[in-house]
Amino acid sequence: MEGKMSKFIMPNLQKEAIENLLNKEGKRLDGRNADEYRELFVEDGISKNSASAIRVRFGKTEVLAGVHLALATPYPDSPDQGTFMTSAEMHPMASQQFDIGRPGINAIELARVIDRGIRESGFIDMKKLCIKEGEKVYQVFVDIVAINDDGNLLDVAGLAAIIALGKARMPIYNEKEDKIDGYSETERIPLEKDVLSYSMTLHKVGDKIVADVSKEEEEISKFRLTIAMGDNAGKPRITAMQKGKAGTINTEDMETILKLAESKWTEMFPKVKEHVFG
Amino acid sequence: MAKNIYTKRDDGRKMTEVRPMTAKVGIVPSADGSASFETGKTKAIAVVRGPRTLHPQHMQNAKTGILRVNYGMMPFSVEDRIRPGPNRRSEEISKVTEWALNSVVDLTGFPNTVVDVFIQIPQADAGTRVAGINAAAMALAHAGLPMKQMVSAIGVGKIDQTLVVDLDKFEDSEFHDGEGSTDIPIVLTSRTKEIALLQLDGKISVDEFKEVIEMGKVACDDILKVQMEALKNGGKDE
Repeated sequence: MEGKMSKFIMPNLQKEAIENLLNKEGKRLDGRNADEYRELFVEDGISKNSASAIRVRFGKTEVLAGVHLALATPYPDSPDQGTFMTSAEMHPMASQQFDIGRPGINAIELARVIDRGIRESGFIDMKKLCIKEGEKVYQVFVDIVAINDDGNLLDVAGLAAIIALGKARMPIYNEKEDKIDGYSETERIPLEKDVLSYSMTLHKVGDKIVADVSKEEEEISKFRLTIAMGDNAGKPRITAMQKGKAGTINTEDMETILKLAESKWTEMFPKVKEHVFG
Repeated sequence: MAKNIYTKRDDGRKMTEVRPMTAKVGIVPSADGSASFETGKTKAIAVVRGPRTLHPQHMQNAKTGILRVNYGMMPFSVEDRIRPGPNRRSEEISKVTEWALNSVVDLTGFPNTVVDVFIQIPQADAGTRVAGINAAAMALAHAGLPMKQMVSAIGVGKIDQTLVVDLDKFEDSEFHDGEGSTDIPIVLTSRTKEIALLQLDGKISVDEFKEVIEMGKVACDDILKVQMEALKNGGKDE
């Protein structure tokens, strides 16, 4: 099936129970409404050795994310800009389904969706990460490690990545020896605060559009759509989208998704901003 | 609001106009199905092999055949040589393509088998994943596999403040003025017009996005005609 993953086995009875409860009462097995998120938990200071390292939890889904900066040569087509890379590891400790080794397609997709969101929005001010044009720049690494997968890793990892960047400290450059001597206590890496966007993944489970899915809901959903939205003079503006799985989206579902995304963004974005820049 | 600077396309196309298309099936004789699809300078070929027994055996599914997609760009398809073999971009595109095609292909009649779809891009001028999907859908039909409906794919974009279809390389990756460029690959099913693939990076309002979908529907109808015409002519010697 999924390269590096073994199959998640779920009894048909459980599938029916989840779908029936949603279709008939609009409720989920854990008591949440279809559009309800689990409680968000953020903890800073996971590693003192990096520019930042944080823990983010939505319910029982837990992710660690850290930022490092290293010295690098700029790309020929952008000699005056720093470089950026995202990696994601679905560590075998996080789920029965994850195996050790080279990242599978799920980890690759997750890393790429998050990488694009940050890169294309221009969230990191790459020009300010240039030390000497054409020769030396800072390379920013965002490394994400899944600790426990109880569904919706995509959103938890995406949130972890932007919070880790928000908290990341500038390195101290030792020019004489051409190396980095740890990180500044006070100075943070340069960010374009206005372009911050927040990413939400909605799934179709049964006949309903569901936010912040559990592992079981994720397993039986027909499709998922990830929507990232940023702030455009107080109104949400779409900055990225990615559809996943083989189900198709009809016009009615799309209307529901856009409405739900707009209202959730309005509710969540101020909190997210507080975590990233607070 | 700043004045919209993108009012004219370099190649003189209308904003809603797809580049000249050519499509053909049966281009690889040894395959079970094959097709090529070109739009402007972007060329895609797709080959279908299977249904055939899936190895290793533990990956088999006793209820249905499995669709497996492999997308790749040829080393000489763009100006900077691409290292042969898979990379993160190609693996992701393979997966989203697989999902899009899986939404219409029905392999329940072929348990324990795999159908491989190989997509290769010999020449790229933006829009390679959608061209690849257009070719792959034709190749699957050409292979005679059961499909609930066809799919057609198009890249819609926002260049500064103008919505356009079928972006070329300049519009996709070299236009940075004004509000820049937003690329939105879409795959639509032929009959029910449901979305089978959707990706987006850039900046776009919810209302503009709704218009993007409508423009995608019109363009996909044009593409579908070209695909169906090629399938009707398929199998015939030239």
